[in-house]
Amino acid sequence: MKKVMVYKRFERFWHWLQALLIILLALTGFDIHYPQITIFDFATAHLIHKFCAWAFIVLVAFAIFWHFTTGEWRQYIPTKQYVGDMVQFYLVGIFKNAPHPVKKTLLSKLNPLQRLVYLGLKILIIPVMVTTGLMLIFYNELIAAGYGISLGVLATIHTIGALTLMVFLAGHIYLITTGHTPASNLKAMITGYEELEEDDELPNPKTV
Amino acid sequence: MRSGSKRVRPNHDDPPVPTSSNHSGLPRSSKTPSPMRTYFKRLGLMALAMGLLLLLAVPNANLAQTTDDKSQAPSKPTIEPVTPANAQVMEAGMLADDNPPPTASTADHSKFPILQQDFQSGPEVTAACLTCHTNAAKQLMKTSHWTWICPRARQELEDKQGREVGKGEHIINNFCIALGANEPRCTSCHAGYGWEDKNFDFTNETLVDCLVCHDTTKSYKKFPVSAGHPVYAKDFPKGREWPKGSGKIWPPADLKNIALNVGKPSRHNCGTCHFFGGGGEGVKHGDMDVSLAMPHEGVDVHMNAAGLDFKCTQCHTTMAHQVSGRCFTIPALEEKEFALMGHESNKLLACESCHGELPHENKKLNDHTDRVSCQTCHIPTMARERPTKMWWDWSKAGEKSPQGKPMVKKGDVKGATVSTYDTKKGEFIWVMNETPEYIWFNGKMKHTFIGDVIDDQTPASQVPGVMKGRFDNLDMSKPIVRINIPGGDATDPEARITPVKIHRGKQVYDKKRKILAVPKLFPSGEKKGEAYWKSYDWDRAIVAGMDYIGQEYSGEYDFIQTEMVWPLAHMVPTAKDAVSCAECHTDNGRLASIQGVYMPGRDRNPIIDYVGWGLVLLTLVGAMFHGLIRMVTGNKHASQSQSEKQEADQ
Repeated sequence: MKKVMVYKRFERFWHWLQALLIILLALTGFDIHYPQITIFDFATAHLIHKFCAWAFIVLVAFAIFWHFTTGEWRQYIPTKQYVGDMVQFYLVGIFKNAPHPVKKTLLSKLNPLQRLVYLGLKILIIPVMVTTGLMLIFYNELIAAGYGISLGVLATIHTIGALTLMVFLAGHIYLITTGHTPASNLKAMITGYEELEEDDELPNPKTV
Repeated sequence: MRSGSKRVRPNHDDPPVPTSSNHSGLPRSSKTPSPMRTYFKRLGLMALAMGLLLLLAVPNANLAQTTDDKSQAPSKPTIEPVTPANAQVMEAGMLADDNPPPTASTADHSKFPILQQDFQSGPEVTAACLTCHTNAAKQLMKTSHWTWICPRARQELEDKQGREVGKGEHIINNFCIALGANEPRCTSCHAGYGWEDKNFDFTNETLVDCLVCHDTTKSYKKFPVSAGHPVYAKDFPKGREWPKGSGKIWPPADLKNIALNVGKPSRHNCGTCHFFGGGGEGVKHGDMDVSLAMPHEGVDVHMNAAGLDFKCTQCHTTMAHQVSGRCFTIPALEEKEFALMGHESNKLLACESCHGELPHENKKLNDHTDRVSCQTCHIPTMARERPTKMWWDWSKAGEKSPQGKPMVKKGDVKGATVSTYDTKKGEFIWVMNETPEYIWFNGKMKHTFIGDVIDDQTPASQVPGVMKGRFDNLDMSKPIVRINIPGGDATDPEARITPVKIHRGKQVYDKKRKILAVPKLFPSGEKKGEAYWKSYDWDRAIVAGMDYIGQEYSGEYDFIQTEMVWPLAHMVPTAKDAVSCAECHTDNGRLASIQGVYMPGRDRNPIIDYVGWGLVLLTLVGAMFHGLIRMVTGNKHASQSQSEKQEADQ
């Protein structure tokens, strides 16, 4: 085992700020959606939601830049390899202390399931949320420009995306406990360092 | 130091530039010197020097400051201590105050010989007015204040349906029903004299009532049952009692004094009729009553007597006696013009004329203005300080006291006394300071006119656009006639969500001919005795009324539910009293009945929400079980100490 910097400084900053923004967006978003939630009054909830939305967009812009300039985007190339093994590991192997079917390396720090889920977030859920969110902010301008889109349809898609993110959040928070130790993944995302195995015996999906 | 700052402080709360109002509250000098004082002295000397320089450059610099308009008085106070420089300005201002400002008018009517007469009647005064204002009556006679016919509706409807529309013709309501056969009572609010019946001469210029709009003494009152005449000294030197038996004496009008003191219409002038529409204060309008005569900012921020002090005509711009505003089928404004200084137009009635279409600092609020009228948020409640009538059930009329006499029962609405029953009129429900109802409205109205066939079968619950209000006894299982039908829905780009008062009630109709009936209510003319308020016999009253207006009556009458919509546009308080987001963006909020728009907080797709949260719950439960099994099976990932131990073993 060797302590390596797995998550670089920007990556950790991006991750945690994104986490904070998503939680704030969820709190204020559902505050707007459900009158029964009264953490903030409607106007304040809307104000915070819009502020966080713009902050999120700026952050995502930086993150995209970072992914391309560092080549880290390759981490998210999906693979079918070992997906079955991963599922089997979570359903059976994990209870028998079986070894993780995919080795975590610097060049491939995401397992095949993570790759699929995170890629899904990056190319589907977040773009949908950002697009529908912007369309809601500029709804009047859209209508004025002749794009007759139903506010209800936009809001419903935005809600579906929000609920999907909530499912992700629930799963994500649990799955971070499935590292070497229950806290090792969390520690890695805070400090950046994680102990990775050195031997090359375990299979490793191809990285480009 | 302390005393010095204390002395200066009051000045901070006052506008630094004197206005035409009292400025005795401004501190001007101090006898006890202090460090602060010397500082100000030095500052003052500098300012004086600067001021002198300025005076050399711009000779009228400080004059311009002193002739500041009164309307600018409530401007933001700036922190500016009293210095010799601005004290000088102040003194100049006070000097200016000693000479009264010139009046807006170039004519002092009290100096006109023709008005120095002991007028015996209103028409005599009018004749005198017309000697100078030769076109005034001609102008007025073209307005609906005179014809009681909507001038535009006349053009639009005459060709299509062969009729003119207005209070004067074809219009029926669910208050005192209709003008026909009841003139002397109704026309006490006509801008004329003597409209007692259909023989009134609409071409006689001396019958125009100038004084009702132009009296500034507030002593000119048209007697409620005299067809537009006030009480004359020649007929009733000691005044006349009304209502009969009330002991309330209406003194004779001092026509000479009133004529000598004419001026531009004030809120009081418009209010003498419009605050009392329907025969009493607040009966018709839910947004116009005596509280608008001298309102505070919580009633109306624009008319606020201590603030902007707008007159009605500030918005209801008037040219050639043509006052802008709604009349029946025609919207108050179809074209909105932007108010430019010195620009005269009849189309400045819209809020947007002054505030523009993006009046808020907040973008999201501005995004509302295409679908939500200004009134929706800025008229939070109707009838804020005086009650308005919501329900009028004529079918209950006629019940007399145990002594066999007509009676009036009084009730209480939030501390205000109202009549809840009147033998002559039936049963009433009044409200005060209540949430209005909201509808889609494009400004256009359709009407059920006198003689239109009505539907007396379909229950109210199945009539589109009909709701039961919170303050009426409407029976949704019984039929209803919509006397006026506001146009527009969510698909109409011209329609906006608008607050309204909906006045509901029951009134007489011809059961066989299926038309709303016009009864003779007020005892006047030859058929005095047939009037309902004398005979208490609906049949006789309807025969007399329908005969008078030339409508056939089958002889069989019944009562039918009706409703009439009154859009709210007045009583806009300060912005802090505006409706907050969550009052509409919530379940069962103010706009619960508004269809055709998605409103966050009010609308959501329950299936999506259930499925979504169901999946979140499933994930959490799954994670819990997974974690539990991991713990039970002693999985190395599940416990730190165990894994550390294993690592140590390796």
